[in-house]
Amino acid sequence: MMEIGLSHYLTVAAILFTLGIFGIFLNRKNVIIILMSVELILLAVNINLVAFSVHLNDLTGQVFALFVLAIAAAEAAIGLAILVVYFRNRGSIAVEDINLMKG
Amino acid sequence: MIIQTIAFYAFAAVTVAAAVMVISARNPVHSVLFLILAFFNAAGLFVLMGAAFIAMILIIVYVGAVAVLFLFVVMMLDINFVELRQGFLQYLPIGALVGLVLLAELVLIFGSWVVAPDFAERVGSPTPFLTETTNTHALGQILYTDYAFLFQACGLILLVAMIGAIVLTLRSREGVKRQHIGAQISRTREESVEIKQVEPGSGV
Repeated sequence: MMEIGLSHYLTVAAILFTLGIFGIFLNRKNVIIILMSVELILLAVNINLVAFSVHLNDLTGQVFALFVLAIAAAEAAIGLAILVVYFRNRGSIAVEDINLMKG
Repeated sequence: MIIQTIAFYAFAAVTVAAAVMVISARNPVHSVLFLILAFFNAAGLFVLMGAAFIAMILIIVYVGAVAVLFLFVVMMLDINFVELRQGFLQYLPIGALVGLVLLAELVLIFGSWVVAPDFAERVGSPTPFLTETTNTHALGQILYTDYAFLFQACGLILLVAMIGAIVLTLRSREGVKRQHIGAQISRTREESVEIKQVEPGSGV
């Protein structure tokens, strides 16, 4: 309990990941909160990668975490840009209103 | 060691609490602020693990850029957030169910997971000792050599994302007065000045 090892970090990451998934279900109508939940999930993944990287003494995990960070930033930028354009066109960001393509 | 333990539990508790507030806060602005808090504490966890560079990048890129971008968008859009929260409790049971199933799965995985006995031979890029070099230096030494192509591809993706975001949000508005320098300096005397003969005493 006192010695902080790999399993402690994995537990935190698992809780964060579950909270992210839970947030997507909880805020089904609000795209902004869904995007924030996706950020939480990616943060949990990063904690996992870095924890294993430190535990296995292999720097590759940290390099990969770096790439995940970069792609997450690109994803957030594009997602928010689409959100802004959508709000301009429809005046709403509710998920159930997103049905222009009748899919 | 005791300080490290206390720091871990403090950072972990605040991270999880902030994550709970992100998904349950009434006001999306508060959600973004709690997201920033979660990122700061996750950076603290990374520092505890010894990944100082990732921690600093998390603060600079996530708190400095992504979270502020979220804040801008939340404040810029004029949305009735109360309306968006309707049905919040209706989705609670199914969400909790999925969350519990997922957590149980993760616990099962972590419970039965073991390190391969020969993992020390399979390490791709071993971490040098901190007495030899810093974390940032060691990361740079493999990022710019072994992972140079991936690094370039990463930059390309960011470039495409930047161009995409600009193209998506750029618009030419109606009724905005702009200065057209070409039109201004190509005006001639003939089309701009009109000379009228005014009769004395009658006015224009």
